[in-house]
Amino acid sequence: MRTAGFVAYRIAGMLVVLLAIAAITYAIFYLLPTNPAQLSCGKPCTPENLARVERFMGYDLPWYQQFWDFLRGIVAGRTYGSGAGAVTCATPCFGYSFQLNTTVTDLIVSRFPVTASIAVGAAAVWLVVGVGSGVASALTRGSAIDRGIMTIAIAGVSAPSYLVGLLAILFFSFTLHLLPSGGYVAFGDDPLQWLGHLALPWFTLAFISGAVYARLTRGQMLEVMGEDYIRTARAKGLTERRVVVRHGLRNALIPVVTIFGLDLGGLLGGAVITEKVFSMQGLGALLIDAVHTLDLQVVVGFTLFAAFLIVLANFAVDLVYGLVDPRVKARV
Amino acid sequence: MTAIGSARSDAPTGLRRVAGRLRADRWATTGLVVIGLFVLAAVFAGPLTAISGQNPYTYHLDRLDDSGSPLGFGGGISPTHWFGVEPLTGRDLFAIVVFGSRTSLLVSVSATVLAVVVGVLVGITTGFFGGWYDRTLSRVIDVLFGFPSLVFMISLTAIVPTSFPKPLLIILVIGFFGWPSIARVVRGQTLSLRERNFVVASNAMGGGPWHIIAHQVLPNVSATIIVFATISIPSMIGVEAALSFLGVGVPPPTPSWGRTIGDAVTWVQTDPSYLVFPGAALFLVTLAFNVVGDGLRDALDPRRGVVSR
Repeated sequence: MRTAGFVAYRIAGMLVVLLAIAAITYAIFYLLPTNPAQLSCGKPCTPENLARVERFMGYDLPWYQQFWDFLRGIVAGRTYGSGAGAVTCATPCFGYSFQLNTTVTDLIVSRFPVTASIAVGAAAVWLVVGVGSGVASALTRGSAIDRGIMTIAIAGVSAPSYLVGLLAILFFSFTLHLLPSGGYVAFGDDPLQWLGHLALPWFTLAFISGAVYARLTRGQMLEVMGEDYIRTARAKGLTERRVVVRHGLRNALIPVVTIFGLDLGGLLGGAVITEKVFSMQGLGALLIDAVHTLDLQVVVGFTLFAAFLIVLANFAVDLVYGLVDPRVKARV
Repeated sequence: MTAIGSARSDAPTGLRRVAGRLRADRWATTGLVVIGLFVLAAVFAGPLTAISGQNPYTYHLDRLDDSGSPLGFGGGISPTHWFGVEPLTGRDLFAIVVFGSRTSLLVSVSATVLAVVVGVLVGITTGFFGGWYDRTLSRVIDVLFGFPSLVFMISLTAIVPTSFPKPLLIILVIGFFGWPSIARVVRGQTLSLRERNFVVASNAMGGGPWHIIAHQVLPNVSATIIVFATISIPSMIGVEAALSFLGVGVPPPTPSWGRTIGDAVTWVQTDPSYLVFPGAALFLVTLAFNVVGDGLRDALDPRRGVVSR
């Protein structure tokens, strides 16, 4: 019962944050002096044409009406224009690209598999590698292994991902001819090709983020292993393995879970840089294209979608806390 | 991350003590020297590139072959072009890298200053005054953490009128997304400082809130602020370079490492040195800041002496 209350409370909080983000995004992009209708109007933009586009997109209405339509579109869908030329945008409607003549939701859905493939695979690799090497480093503190891992890690946090990606392409594609330098093949088309095309992006991202996780895990492990309850666990005669995993790692992982949720949420909302380096047509590429063609509806809808993902990830993190952190469980 | 809860009562925050410890750290000292060299290069970019008689803007088409790739070894390295030349334009790559450090440091340091000033102001006041003011701003910080900042920065460049100076926009946007984390840390420290005897005493002696903030709280969080500023500079450098890499950062012809690396994408196979020099510069300066940041954090660690690296 109390767990249900906790979840309900978190959902309410999440909705408030989502609404705030929608309002801010809307205000910044649609109320600034830039005229979205002007951007969608085309090159020879006559005043009549502009007025027609404005009416079609709903920009002739007062701002609160526009914002309401915008919000309602997300929940209940909306229709642009009326009569024969009307365009319907099904729920959840994040806007309509008048340049690409399709809904933003459809665009996101079509690009999402690419980005999700990059993000989920990379996250799995960096979580295993990062946490694993962080623990190894902490348990062998001061040794050559520790110093080696930490040296690689500080190089990893300092190297920009595109630089690592480009060097990886240079080495693995152009020199060794082992892996393709870019592009994306759908899993359904050819699973092996899918894997081959994703290997470099995964390991590039995993190197960068894994370094952050290794440093964080090491610091947390060192702190946790110095706590009294670890001494208690050892005094109880538990095996060292059990002490390290059940009592040490479990507590050390709490901040790691927080960062992981945010990182994965952020990456799912567009691996912008990775997609450019490896020429993959994911969500990030969609955003960059929309920015260059000034397709404002796509930009706004996408920004909102990305923000929603991070908020959702945050929510998931809160729930996972209950599983990982014994103190949270006790409180709930 | 760990600094949030670790405002211990016996934390040595004297700056002189920290400086002494830092000097004993070989890596941190090396990092400081590297940073110093980059700062010097940025400040004296003009005279430095004048040695070989170059600037980052002049085209040298005679240094290129018909396809636009540089003639000669390593992307056209020669006594006059120390790092070779840029493909297609033949501009001097050494000059581009040196002037690029100016862009990089100017943007990152300005953004850091902005983030630190706002973050410290918000952090100290929310921690000190508490109440609805604290609750409201803490929610704002939560919302800002929920923002996909890179996506948002890219999106913003689409709508801000081109008449608005782009470098200033980049500084404002990067700085804006930097302050919440600083505010959180400073707020945590202020919360614990507020209960300390010297603050209570200052209050009892009739010191007003602003007097206490300026004379009791601020000096005690200054070390944290310095560490945080050092840690945030490399990430700001990274963001500026990333935006330029994606083609939405500092506009040409102002040299920027990120943009040069972005341009180098299509030349990786034929002219790798076009990628290597600006890439190495970006990597080195970020690494140096990170090493110094690590050293500073270790030097400030109250448990130092027990835990050694």
